[in-house]
Amino acid sequence: MKNHVGIAVSLAAVSLAALLTACGGSESAPSASESQSSSAAADSGSESGDLAGTTLYVYNWGEYIDEDVIDQFEEETGIEVVYDLFETNEEMYPVIEAGGVTYDVVCPSDYMIQKMIENDMLQAIDFDNVPNFDQIDPAYIEMSQAFDPENLYSVPYCWGTVGILYNTSLIEELGVDPPTSWADLWDERLADEILMQDSVRDAFMVALKKDGYSMNSTDEAELQQAKQDLIDQKPLVQAYVIDQVRDKMIGGEAAVGVIYSGEMLYIQEEVESLGLDYELEYVIPEEGTNLWIDSWVIPANAQNKAGAEAWINFLCRPEIAKQNFEYITYPTPNKGAFDLLDEETQNNKSVFPDIDSLANSEVYEYLGEDVDTIYNDLWKEVKSN
Amino acid sequence: MSKKILSWPYVLWMTGFILIPLALIVYYGLTDKSGAFTLANVIAITTAEHSKALWLSLALSFGSTVICLLLAYPLAMILRNRGVGQNSFIVFIFILPMWMNFLLRTLAWQTLLEKNGVINAILSMLHLPTQSLINTSGAIILGMVYNFLPFMVLPIYNVLCKIDDDTINAARDLGANFWQTLLWVWIPLSVPGVISGITMVFVPALTTFVISSLLGGSKILLIGNVIEQEFTKGSNWHLGSGLSLVLMVFILISMAIVAKYDKNGEGSGF
Repeated sequence: MKNHVGIAVSLAAVSLAALLTACGGSESAPSASESQSSSAAADSGSESGDLAGTTLYVYNWGEYIDEDVIDQFEEETGIEVVYDLFETNEEMYPVIEAGGVTYDVVCPSDYMIQKMIENDMLQAIDFDNVPNFDQIDPAYIEMSQAFDPENLYSVPYCWGTVGILYNTSLIEELGVDPPTSWADLWDERLADEILMQDSVRDAFMVALKKDGYSMNSTDEAELQQAKQDLIDQKPLVQAYVIDQVRDKMIGGEAAVGVIYSGEMLYIQEEVESLGLDYELEYVIPEEGTNLWIDSWVIPANAQNKAGAEAWINFLCRPEIAKQNFEYITYPTPNKGAFDLLDEETQNNKSVFPDIDSLANSEVYEYLGEDVDTIYNDLWKEVKSN
Repeated sequence: MSKKILSWPYVLWMTGFILIPLALIVYYGLTDKSGAFTLANVIAITTAEHSKALWLSLALSFGSTVICLLLAYPLAMILRNRGVGQNSFIVFIFILPMWMNFLLRTLAWQTLLEKNGVINAILSMLHLPTQSLINTSGAIILGMVYNFLPFMVLPIYNVLCKIDDDTINAARDLGANFWQTLLWVWIPLSVPGVISGITMVFVPALTTFVISSLLGGSKILLIGNVIEQEFTKGSNWHLGSGLSLVLMVFILISMAIVAKYDKNGEGSGF
């Protein structure tokens, strides 16, 4: 979950919760885990016995797991989980690289996984220890090849798209048709009504895709054009924000906003429960967009590899994946979990878009340090203009 | 001997949390990714984007310092001339918001200033024209003034309290009118407090990145934002540290000015 809320508040809350559960121990056995313990024994086999009493260091995005799942995992395996949070891939990377704290299992995004593979920071997963891997829809395993070419290092956890969220009544007031493409974000009638993502790759993705280029472009001329487009668009932009797109759109502050699809279920529920007199619709622009995947990986310096594999296997179990989906609301690549969902959710195109609407979409690739620097410098030019 | 033991915690604190981090910034700022010595990170301030961000930061923080001074000086004079019971209550009211987190208060301003925010809701209820300050330099200056005003009021108030009433009365007896007293007695005697107030507003305003991203909608790039982004998004700690060193020069200059005018430490408000 790129750019999701991971502010200090949630961080404190989660670590407090982790502390409490660590102290609470086995007294508070959640009923859900009991019903699953039989299937658990079948899954993890004899290994769970060896792993009991070991410690597993997990490093994940903020608000990216149902904390009850952590308890169930500890309950079932006897492994003690130390759960830490990060807010951006860029923040996570130096921590793993420095190696001061060794994590056993981490959940970065696509391009960052590629960077970690290229820098020998990951170790191959032993898929014999992850039998539930067969629950993952092969389509996402194939997509993962963009960053993990031989599918050796990563197990998909969540995926999603980036699209345009628009306010039906504000659009109508402004006399603009509902947006269908990125180019619509350059419409002058939308002046001061556009919320853009405040992150380099997402902002350039919008401009590059609009111009019909790859969002992984390294071509100087294409990037310059994208930069110029973003500068031209800047007067129309109300603000560059990340997490706040959601709340600003719900509050009716802006007519259109670039947003990660994972928030949609929450947004729809919120609009409904607040009884607002407008609707917020999500559209995947026709030029194609960023299709992102966050996957579990095992760092090369992990101390408890078997524990990490047990963790990944546990999260791939359909019931657990479903429970997590209901908490996170980001689309799950787990087809077992998908089948367990009710029909309305399965057919919610904002959450699970049609595969053919993703025809022109791409996965972010790691472009190397030099190109990263070029992107950052161009972005600074846009911002300071 | 016992005195030395008592100083230990402070020595440890200063080494661990001031000297070592400072040394790290100098090290990162003067090296490149391979660890070789370079001045490139410091010279990077001359590029168009960076120098523009720096000038903008200087302009906005200068503007908000002037506004703070103009607001704070009369207030400090009023507070001083009040009775003891009353003025401590007013000072208390002034410090009260500082007990709340700075980030939350800035976020609150965002909610107040937004297009559908509280202020506009009230204005439109009264059929008055609405404001559109949010995401402009004006909103950033407002945020700076709001957040840093107490840092200007308190040192000036402190220094004004130390001026003897007899001095003022003497000036009046000798025929000085209010403005002459202000110009020749109040102001010269309060210079240390004013200078210390100016630094306490100017330095944090110069380096802020939170106020500009929350109230400026990230459309206005200040030097603090550039540095923050190099650390959190660009993963370029070397450039971030190099630019921090440049910023430190400005901070050292203002500290030198304080040292020159505030020899007795009278103006330090805290």
